[in-house]
Amino acid sequence: MASLRQIGRRSSLYGVLSFFALFSAFPFFWMVIASFKRDHDLYTLKNNPFIFNEPPTLDHLHHLFFDTLFVRYLINTAVVGIAVVIITLVVAVPAAYSLARWTGRWGENLGIGIFLTYLVPPTLLFIPLSRVIAVLGLQESLWSLILVYPTFTIPFCTWLLMGFFKSIPLDIEEQAMVDGYSRVGAMVRIVLPLSISGLLTVVVFSFTLSMHEFIYALAFISSSALKTVSIGVPTELIGEFFEWGPLMAGALIPSIPVAILYTLFLDRFIAGFTVGAIK
Amino acid sequence: MSDFDGEFGRPRSHIWDREQVLASLLIAPAILYIVVLVGIPFCMAIYYSLSDATTGSQTLHFVGLRNFQAVLKDAVFRKALLNTFIFTLVSQALVLVLAKILALALIKDFRGKWLARFLILLPWTAPIALGTIGWMWMLDSIFSPIDWLLRYMGLLGAPGALLGANSNLYWLGVPSLAMLSVILVHTWRMLPLATVILLAGLTSIPQEILDAAEVDGAGFWRRLFQIMIPMLLPIMTVAVLFGIVFTFTDIAVVYILTQGGPVHSTQVLASWAFFKGIEAGDLAQGAAVALFLFPAMAGVAALMLRLARRSEVA
Repeated sequence: MASLRQIGRRSSLYGVLSFFALFSAFPFFWMVIASFKRDHDLYTLKNNPFIFNEPPTLDHLHHLFFDTLFVRYLINTAVVGIAVVIITLVVAVPAAYSLARWTGRWGENLGIGIFLTYLVPPTLLFIPLSRVIAVLGLQESLWSLILVYPTFTIPFCTWLLMGFFKSIPLDIEEQAMVDGYSRVGAMVRIVLPLSISGLLTVVVFSFTLSMHEFIYALAFISSSALKTVSIGVPTELIGEFFEWGPLMAGALIPSIPVAILYTLFLDRFIAGFTVGAIK
Repeated sequence: MSDFDGEFGRPRSHIWDREQVLASLLIAPAILYIVVLVGIPFCMAIYYSLSDATTGSQTLHFVGLRNFQAVLKDAVFRKALLNTFIFTLVSQALVLVLAKILALALIKDFRGKWLARFLILLPWTAPIALGTIGWMWMLDSIFSPIDWLLRYMGLLGAPGALLGANSNLYWLGVPSLAMLSVILVHTWRMLPLATVILLAGLTSIPQEILDAAEVDGAGFWRRLFQIMIPMLLPIMTVAVLFGIVFTFTDIAVVYILTQGGPVHSTQVLASWAFFKGIEAGDLAQGAAVALFLFPAMAGVAALMLRLARRSEVA
């Protein structure tokens, strides 16, 4: 009879989990359905909206890829994301190394200071930055985003990498330096190869955070052909023709790969957030 | 490269001096980037709010606190300020309770855990602007599946039905329901982040402590309130603080879902600053509105700092 209690526990566990999984994933499930449903089926009020009352169709996908700028948005997003990854790596890796090895009050305060700038919200900065972008002549250009996005990726990634570098024993580097490497040589040849997973995390997060960004793109870019998916799909696809099928497909397609990548690396992301609070 | 090396046999202090120079050189680009593109714009925001800057004009005049006076007199601004607090506090309170339940479930081992994790994390891992589009369709004035379900259950759309005889609730068209919708989407969005942060905290509680308490006869609730919650307090604070930062300053949900409507009933500081500053071109008032986000954010940052310091000492 003891097992009866166990079964009860199990089923309540699955019950709780199913409820939350449904709540979280439902809008995406909804996108999947709308992406493949025939218009007639979508817009017939009597039809059960949760199932396919008519056979599924690929029309919406065809429309999305061939009659809208969706592919352009994907390309723009990739270009911005890759450029931001490169800038972030170039700036954050040396900074994080310096903070990890520069012990003492100053170094620690500087580290916390850099992390805190991650908390300065874009909502506060987009107005003056729109002027900065105009002065630099970068309005209506992807360069505006490439320049501004590192303001949030650099602080976060520096903080994340600092943790990684700190976990590499100083002895290994010192040994390398005794063997004739310079400090920078030891960092490049010894420390970086040992932190591959940290660097990979930085690449993934710089890319996904750029892809998620909304307000800067909304404020700096208004020509349709230069939009990223985050603003192109909600502003242009709705503005152009307001058809739910292609719109839902457009929201779904970029979401899934980025969600998979993010999920794979999420534990490291959380580790970055919670340094100090867990001991 | 060997410039940075302390050569063999030199006095130690000299080597240390050079290390210091190297450390500063390595960190300089990051600091420069942040000063130029975060520090200076921040000062510009303060300066704009005290000036008459517009998108078109090239010259600025100092006008003192006139923008703040104008903004504070504006009923829409006061509504936006209130809404920002309501949306943030209500959604974060919900998130905290739900995340706790969810974290306690997710810490167990079960089949299909990776799938459950992936689905539960979706609202946070997918771009919020795209996730909100899914909600837009779910809360549509005519084709909402929620309304369909309510009609199917007989709660809506029939004479004498509990929720009225109209065929739809008009989620985004009625002020109170629109506010409810925004809160719901914020809760949906922040729940995964809070859950994984709490989960990280839960796994760091040594199992022996919980086992010992169970052996001593402490039931589930006792263990929850007297061991887990006190031990999780610092990490729960982190979860809530991040939730507050992200919800308080978010614009995507309101901008996409309601554009602040109907009749400004879901306007928040971020969206109002955008409509004023960018769409209407009044940089000065837009900056003044956005600056109201700052005191709250500074408070959160100070709390974080104290938390980080305290755990360093411990």
